[in-house]
Amino acid sequence: MLDLSVVIAGSAGEGVQTIGDAVARSVLRLGYPVFTTQEYESRIRGGYSSYRVRITEHPQNAPRSDADLLLALNERAAIRYRPLLREGGILLTEEGKVGGAGAVGVVSIPFVRTASERFGTALYANSVAAGALLAALGAKTDGLEALLRETFERKGDAVVLANVEAARTGYALAQKGLGTTSLVPLPERKDTYTLISANEAIPLAAAYAGCRFIAAYPMSPSTEIITTLSREDGLGVFAEQAEDEISAVNMAIGASYAGARAMTATSGGGFCLMVEAVSLAGMTETPLVIVLGQRPGPATGLPTRTEQGDLLFAIHAGHGEFPKLVLAPADPQDAFVKTVRAFSLADRYQIPVLVLTDQFLADSRFSLEAFHLPGREPGSFLADPSQISRYRRYELTADGISPRLYPGQSEHLVCLDSDEHTEEGHITEDLQGVRRVMVEKRLTKLRNLKKEVALPEEAHVKDSDTLIAGWGSTRGAILEAVEALRASGERIGMVHFTEVWPLPVYRFPQGTTLLVAEGNATGQFARLLRAEYGVVPARTVGRYDGLPLTAQDIEGGVHAA
Amino acid sequence: MQPEIYQDDVENQWCPGCSNFGILAAMKKALATLGLAPHEVCLVSGIGQAAKLPHYLRANVFNGLHGRAIPAATGIKVANPHLTVIVTTGDGDCYGEGGNHLLHALRRNPDITLVVHNNEVYALTKGQGSPTTPIGERTRLQFGGVEIEPIAILATAIVQGCGFVARGYAGEIDHLSDLIVRAARHRGLSLVDVVQPCLTWGSRPLSWYRERVVKLGTDHDPHDHAAALELATQSRGTIPIGVLYEAPPGRIFAERYREKTGGRPLAVLELLDESDIALRLARFSS
Repeated sequence: MLDLSVVIAGSAGEGVQTIGDAVARSVLRLGYPVFTTQEYESRIRGGYSSYRVRITEHPQNAPRSDADLLLALNERAAIRYRPLLREGGILLTEEGKVGGAGAVGVVSIPFVRTASERFGTALYANSVAAGALLAALGAKTDGLEALLRETFERKGDAVVLANVEAARTGYALAQKGLGTTSLVPLPERKDTYTLISANEAIPLAAAYAGCRFIAAYPMSPSTEIITTLSREDGLGVFAEQAEDEISAVNMAIGASYAGARAMTATSGGGFCLMVEAVSLAGMTETPLVIVLGQRPGPATGLPTRTEQGDLLFAIHAGHGEFPKLVLAPADPQDAFVKTVRAFSLADRYQIPVLVLTDQFLADSRFSLEAFHLPGREPGSFLADPSQISRYRRYELTADGISPRLYPGQSEHLVCLDSDEHTEEGHITEDLQGVRRVMVEKRLTKLRNLKKEVALPEEAHVKDSDTLIAGWGSTRGAILEAVEALRASGERIGMVHFTEVWPLPVYRFPQGTTLLVAEGNATGQFARLLRAEYGVVPARTVGRYDGLPLTAQDIEGGVHAA
Repeated sequence: MQPEIYQDDVENQWCPGCSNFGILAAMKKALATLGLAPHEVCLVSGIGQAAKLPHYLRANVFNGLHGRAIPAATGIKVANPHLTVIVTTGDGDCYGEGGNHLLHALRRNPDITLVVHNNEVYALTKGQGSPTTPIGERTRLQFGGVEIEPIAILATAIVQGCGFVARGYAGEIDHLSDLIVRAARHRGLSLVDVVQPCLTWGSRPLSWYRERVVKLGTDHDPHDHAAALELATQSRGTIPIGVLYEAPPGRIFAERYREKTGGRPLAVLELLDESDIALRLARFSS
């Protein structure tokens, strides 16, 4: 079964991403699904970064940590990433100074020198390198050439031609250097895929859901969301870079109160600053969507890496007791669906909703056989003012949801208060008459919400004696591990959650051993399952070095017993 | 319109005789003069005694978090440009907890009005120093006297390009009402800092204020930037009240977006066409 891992490694600013994107899209155009991940340091130039492209027969949207083909753009990167190469792997490097071929075929390709000598500038080195990679993959350069034409069209024919020529030169050089060494060839196929990341899907989903307002403060890995909403013409979303996250979230709440679907996006540190406002949205029953892209903490942590370390923080965020929904999409398609759902449920229940992603999910591109546009709930869930004689923003109702109007919609006055308030929305200290009733009103919404939350996805649950539970972005890795373990005869299955607060009413199968796989050190989801379902996981398989959990990690963890 | 239409029946929690009542009366009178029906007005506040004002008159109310009234008001005005948005806030709320938002509101120039009840003390938390407490003043927390400089907020606002900067006095209701009317009519951010003697925690009697408050006359040209700045920075011989600085309106926050949406409330805009999103998603397909 085809399963190739290509790693492009170098320093920030050397073109790792440009080459990676080009190779990934070229292979996609050959008809193969690819899965790409990026890891990079929090710096603009230098250091180490890598772009990984996994090429498989069928979509396999999970990371692999080893490599079959490594392109090192400089000697330090060659030394650092070479241990990833599997036996029989190929290393393509600038000058081939990394001695000792051994089990690895080392091919020296002077990308930069070739570009400089042939085209008068090192700028074309990236195209030389991309061409060389395609040669090593036994693939034709048609897709790459078409891509280069599209990319450089705006810069004129001369630049397009030089890039195409550079790619062909790299291809020829690599073919010559490789000789008989080769990987599985990639003949052209007819299959088509959508290659997309969660950070690419979420802004489009927000606009599709009717979001009109985003305010955010730049923070990895979520900056791309407001960037896309600001850049893309015609989405109709007002985007403002706030002076800080506190301002961002309060602007969004203000806009939402005034009738606009509104959101913000941040990471852990920024979300810390927003937490008081999450409580405000809960108290004032104002719809709000926050995308929380997790990265490793505490504090600044590892700004450009990944972790699932904010789960318990997210579900507990905000002082006081109030309903809140936390969604944790599994992949970019799911991120789109959950974002639309987040706006819908935020409006319907008048609550804050968190969409919990992480750097791995945010930046990785997944191949999908087809991207489904989910349905949208019609209407805005705003009340009809003409049907109301005496309006009370917090009118007591059976389901705890009061009719929502926005200020200026009609002559009805819309009064919202962060203090405990009367049905009219005015400050009160009536403890017995109002406070208790209002607490119960808000918590009634939480009880109803619980009935609406999606059940976990089950795989092979019926014939398993061991189950791996997980949540959010680790679905692909867990499924891959489960399939591999089953292939070797183990009775193992998966229970995977994408809606993690409140947890759905669900009964874990009796008599099975429960393992939890999650990208953190303390087993946060395991603790949550214990608290909410009373199940006692035998063990947690975690990863907390800043890199995504892989199937190999999980398989190793299962066998560690 | 008559100020009485803004009368509501919420129990007032201010101290009896508080000078906030003067500001409340001025606010009602100003709204009546502006000819605004209650539903056309949105009063936005944070936390503090001043921030309770929106509860005491009939209008739309957003009483949010301490210090965060300005971002909320900014979002409200973008989402429904038809509303007249007035922030009622105090020196602690606006210049302390929310100081950063004020600085950036000065840059953003949202079309909202700030009315700051400036009593130079944290009253609701019982008598601590505020960002405007004069140096040396003894408080319930700064027992040896405040050691740090008060913030020169009116000067800051003028320097940072605020197009309408005024100072009012809670004891001059008609004058204050007129300032609020002019501030609300100004297109862009307007700031009215209101000298508000605190009867409970303040160290000076009302007579102290009466002797010093001086209405600016025709000899002050509010379009004279240098003169305005001098007035805003002058030390306390007198307390000049009136419009210190006024500039012709410039571009306001979200103006480009507002032109695209025709100034309509965002809630009434049509959903994006499904085919539009489908087309954008198609770009990701091989």
